[in-house]
Amino acid sequence: MPSINLAEPSVMIREKRLGTINAFTGTAAEIVQQSQDGTLRDAKRKFSQCLGCNAQQAFCQLAMIKDVAVINHAPIGCAGEFSDFNFTYRIEQDKRDLPEDIGRYFSTNIQEKDTVFGATKKLEETIKLAYERVNPKAIFITTSCASGIIGEDIESVADKATEELGIPVVTCSCEGFRSKVWTTGFDAAYHTVLRGIVKPPEKKTNKINVVNFWGSHVFDEIFERFGYEAQYIMPFASIEELEHVSEAAATVHICPSLSTYMGAGLSQLYGVPEITAPPAYGIDGTDGWLRALGKVLGKEEIAEEIIREGHEKYVPQIEKLKERFKGKKAYVTAGAAHGQALIHLLNELGFEVIGASVFHHDPIYDSEDRELDVLAHAVNTYGDVKDYRVCNKQSCELVNALIRSKPDFIMARHGGMTLWGAKLGIPTLLIGDEQFGIGYQGALNYARRIDETLDSIEFIKNFSKHSSNPYTEWWLTQEPGYFQGGRSGGCR
Amino acid sequence: MSQAIEQPRFTCALGSYQSAVAIKKGVPILHSGPGCGGQVNRIIGQGEGYAGGSTAPCTNAEEQDVVFGGEKKLRSVVENAFKVIDGELFVVVTGCTAAITGDDVAAVIGEFQEEDKPIVYVEEGGFKSNNYAAHDRLLNAIIDQYVDKFHESDEKVEGLVNVFASIPYQDPYWSGNLEGIKKVLTDIGLKVNILFGGESEGVSEWKTIPNAQFNIAIGPWVGLKAAKHLKVKYQQPFLQFPYLPIGAIETSRFLREVGEFAGLDKDKVEEYIEREEAKYYEHIEKMASFMLEFRYGIPRRVYSIADSSYSLGFSKFLLNELGIIPGTQFIVDDIPEKYQQYVLEQFENISELGNKRDIEVVFDPDAGNSQRKLEEDAKNYEDKRILILGSAWDKNLASKLNADLLIVSPPVQYRLIMNCGYTGYEGGLRAIEDIYDRVLATYR
Repeated sequence: MPSINLAEPSVMIREKRLGTINAFTGTAAEIVQQSQDGTLRDAKRKFSQCLGCNAQQAFCQLAMIKDVAVINHAPIGCAGEFSDFNFTYRIEQDKRDLPEDIGRYFSTNIQEKDTVFGATKKLEETIKLAYERVNPKAIFITTSCASGIIGEDIESVADKATEELGIPVVTCSCEGFRSKVWTTGFDAAYHTVLRGIVKPPEKKTNKINVVNFWGSHVFDEIFERFGYEAQYIMPFASIEELEHVSEAAATVHICPSLSTYMGAGLSQLYGVPEITAPPAYGIDGTDGWLRALGKVLGKEEIAEEIIREGHEKYVPQIEKLKERFKGKKAYVTAGAAHGQALIHLLNELGFEVIGASVFHHDPIYDSEDRELDVLAHAVNTYGDVKDYRVCNKQSCELVNALIRSKPDFIMARHGGMTLWGAKLGIPTLLIGDEQFGIGYQGALNYARRIDETLDSIEFIKNFSKHSSNPYTEWWLTQEPGYFQGGRSGGCR
Repeated sequence: MSQAIEQPRFTCALGSYQSAVAIKKGVPILHSGPGCGGQVNRIIGQGEGYAGGSTAPCTNAEEQDVVFGGEKKLRSVVENAFKVIDGELFVVVTGCTAAITGDDVAAVIGEFQEEDKPIVYVEEGGFKSNNYAAHDRLLNAIIDQYVDKFHESDEKVEGLVNVFASIPYQDPYWSGNLEGIKKVLTDIGLKVNILFGGESEGVSEWKTIPNAQFNIAIGPWVGLKAAKHLKVKYQQPFLQFPYLPIGAIETSRFLREVGEFAGLDKDKVEEYIEREEAKYYEHIEKMASFMLEFRYGIPRRVYSIADSSYSLGFSKFLLNELGIIPGTQFIVDDIPEKYQQYVLEQFENISELGNKRDIEVVFDPDAGNSQRKLEEDAKNYEDKRILILGSAWDKNLASKLNADLLIVSPPVQYRLIMNCGYTGYEGGLRAIEDIYDRVLATYR
């Protein structure tokens, strides 16, 4: 497969690899169809608001690997996230009964003169400093717009340091301008680990790779039933564990937008099978996922057993809550595949999903397996979503879409968007832990949290009454897709 | 300093866009890469304010902008920002991509300025400096490109003063600190342009900057450039007060200096000071027995890993008003060398009794290094309970040393801040409450 080429130091960006787009106005069925027949096209915006960049996504996957130091070869501003991830790192250590520690992150602090005379010497010094202070098992070097434009030969610095220090010093190409799709940063991090850390398998183990953020360990119990062990990667994995992920029995995804590069990489390079069913969100989603897992592991009867138990235990409780959601209109705003899974889940819980603003759209994943198309699955099961937008995290577009669609409830994934639901007086829920909604228990978890959110209506209404709106009257009367370069035909 | 930094406690020049967010109906426009705004917001910013965070317009540089230049995109984003966002002042700040590729931002924004749009630009680039230094450049850009053009009169108004103190969001307590300063200055009879936050009237206030009788710059270095600029531009003298005035001694000193500088009626100022001090010390007296008698240990030694203004302000306050002796002070704001001597002199004369105090001061933005030194030095004080004035980075260290941590620097994370501030008389009492709240909360 050409898309995964470890000889290249940089990952191929998603736009080129997968044909990913950032702008779309239409219906869910339309985007599914266009993804399949290859007619999906991107649009350029004439106005835009702050996004995220792929460096953040790369850092998020690399920075919490347990025994590493990360060097950001950049001006100090690109290190703004260090402390945020350190905060997460520390909280999650506690949850995992790990000893208290801080994340060891260094900025090379590129300054004006470095942009003229080069900053490779500084990078060499920083590697040395990080090595002395941390004594890590590996060092990752993430790049930036500044280091990219001045054209540093970071690769040879890393190679030299690897030789001198005797630990892997691996670069991660994630210049902010490199890709319009921030999730390319995930791919960049996996590319780095596949290229510099993972070793060819020496044996097969009974571990199943769960490529994830730092979610709860909900897979332990499920995999145990099959006689396997969950191995959560990459945050909170050790370098040694990552070296051996090629020996695992399978790879599962919590979100295809996140990790299919890793899944496809391990599959194509080392033959680790990838579970390509949509992730286990909702009852129906969990059924399908368990069956796919059972098939790959050759234990279909155990899958059926878990499905039966799950239905007995959870479905009656969920059914009760469903009564309360009947006839309510829901709106989803999220990254790509996770948002699509939420559409499925909300439909299943009895909501009418009237619209969605997702951040980007991957027409296909690295495995090239259409089974993994979460949106197609949702549309086929529950019907079309009439107002499906790819909004690239543009909050101005979301606000307009919400004003028009007037949902009773908003389900959000990713910060920066929930505020607008609340400002408009609409109960809005964001759940940070991706694994919170996995499996049958997860479906119940979601139902309960949604119920609780709908119940806190007093706060939302009061907040809405007193909140300001920075958008002009003019803007609020335009079509949400107004700035998507003439592609506003689907607005409604 | 230009070496590597572990545990950053400030951000890059682009971070000054948060100052625009802090102006009422101010709208930042970032001409930068797509991730820059988020990076800034993550270390200096809790919440997005009116038009910061994911509302802030941004050109989101991509590969072709870096190759072919991003001027066209900038023009389009600015033009539409006026249509989409209801703002009174738009501030364009540029990042690394625009700076290295050499976009002619002046020309693009100049077109809008010719149409008398309320817009200014600051050509930064993240690598140019940190956000402390950039804040001054942003102030001057607004003064030169907006205030100078739109101000309504040149006449000086007696008792009107412009205050340049906390940097919004870089000072996590900026909102409360500015409120505190405005309150005491207003109370002695001045009319205050505080410029940022809820106590400011917004751009209409900025437009009266030229009418002020004088300026006040608080802190050892930030704000000085703006004050000096205004001295030349509008012939306004300025008074520098070298640190945040926290508690009674320093607030009274601040007010006396200001009163004298402004030519206020001395008796009236003294009358106010006397009244406030009486209230303040009544509270101190109430809690003195606790401080003197509490048997389980309260802080005796304070380290700070903070910026120069905080480090000085708190050291003076804690030594003179609470009896907590300053240990090594790690100053992390990358304060230029030419101001360091000034800070050292202030530390030498920190005692109200005129005793020379030998306080070790380390200027180093690499706080990872400072933490190691602090841990080493703390071994000398194993018999003492330690207070650390630091940031979220220091939580781990504090727990290792069984020290109390008051977060006074970004990153904040473990604290939610709305209008808490430590300036003025009330701010001093608040600081005492917060310090002992942390101390007492550790007892089971």
